[in-house]
Amino acid sequence: MLEIKGLNKSFGSNLVLKDINLDIEGNKIYGLLGRNGAGKTTLLNLISSQLIRNSGDIKYQGEEIFENSKAIEDMCLVKPLPESSKDKKVRDIFTMARLMYKNWDESYKEQLISEFNLNTNKRLQKLSAGNKTIVGLIIGLASRAKLTIFDEPTLGLDAAMRYMFYNSLLKDYETNPRTVIISTHLIDELANLFEEVIILNSNMITLKDEVSNLRERSYFLSGNGDIVNEIVKNRKILYREELGSTMIVGIYDNLSENEKREIRSRNIEISTIPLQKLFVFLTEGTLGEVM
Amino acid sequence: MLDLNSDKSIYIQIAEIIENDIILGNLKEEEQSPSTNEFARVYQINPATARKGLNILVDEGILYKKRGIGMFVSRGARSEIVRKRQASFLKEKLPEILMEANRLEITFDELIQHIKKLGGGR
Repeated sequence: MLEIKGLNKSFGSNLVLKDINLDIEGNKIYGLLGRNGAGKTTLLNLISSQLIRNSGDIKYQGEEIFENSKAIEDMCLVKPLPESSKDKKVRDIFTMARLMYKNWDESYKEQLISEFNLNTNKRLQKLSAGNKTIVGLIIGLASRAKLTIFDEPTLGLDAAMRYMFYNSLLKDYETNPRTVIISTHLIDELANLFEEVIILNSNMITLKDEVSNLRERSYFLSGNGDIVNEIVKNRKILYREELGSTMIVGIYDNLSENEKREIRSRNIEISTIPLQKLFVFLTEGTLGEVM
Repeated sequence: MLDLNSDKSIYIQIAEIIENDIILGNLKEEEQSPSTNEFARVYQINPATARKGLNILVDEGILYKKRGIGMFVSRGARSEIVRKRQASFLKEKLPEILMEANRLEITFDELIQHIKKLGGGR
């Protein structure tokens, strides 16, 4: 549904995004991961026409997104509300949102307000940090926008509220499939919600793959150092740690069921690398570039 | 329950959860299986992952689709799963157990004695 080709963006002499190529397919939930300053927010702002790019194409359903009213109606970017909204009452903010999004569902909005127990008569600035975030999340959910983007949706939310949001998202996705992009630092909490992850590292996309593929391609092996070394020879190594004669090595490679059995028969333990750890390995130092 | 740290793929775990329910009789032949979306919501996983798990069982003939209604347990599913699990028990699990027994220097006779004591096998 969204095609990005050769996208570049810099602020002055500061290059933020370099030659981004990305295909976003319809009705999938994507996770956009990157370290601070990797350019996630800039990319999301470019996709939703909040910023002007230096060069490259962004097409929504085959058409240029800039000044494209159809693309604007179909997209909702949820990010912290601007300063100019702080004196507005929450219910007036919802009224403005209703006018902006073509697929807005007013009764779903009401339902979310009562589920999240939000007082809409208050002015935005009077709300707690968590409740301010919730105003944005309700707009994103109730917009039913074909492409809904949540930029760091969990800021200020406690664990109970975060899980309420994940549940609401999954429940609504069931009956109203759409494309969702979520940028987050809470990787392990959200990993299994994503169908695909996109990793942005040093201004470039260094990885885009299905979460299930990544799980089948990243393993910790631990056991006798000599045997582990022999097994990981010629495999891509992400991590290596020694504990006496035991060695723990993280590899990025497929292991067939037969290979796993063979490795286990040599008294080597195998476990999957959690997505958050994999992300750390892939975005620290220069490892990301060899992917 | 799902084990997110297991080296087993989530969708394979979903397939096994359904198989276990069929083996235990919690889910009977010709009964409707929970849907992709129910699995997604309960385990908080992406519906595509859950779908992949259900589709494995459809491919193996353990579940079948009724258009517009959902997935149902095929006739003969239970014996099919039992057959499959027996094969994997003998080929994969048992060798692992025996390997651990060897590591712990348990003799063949001791092993047989314990199997008898525990009433293993039919």
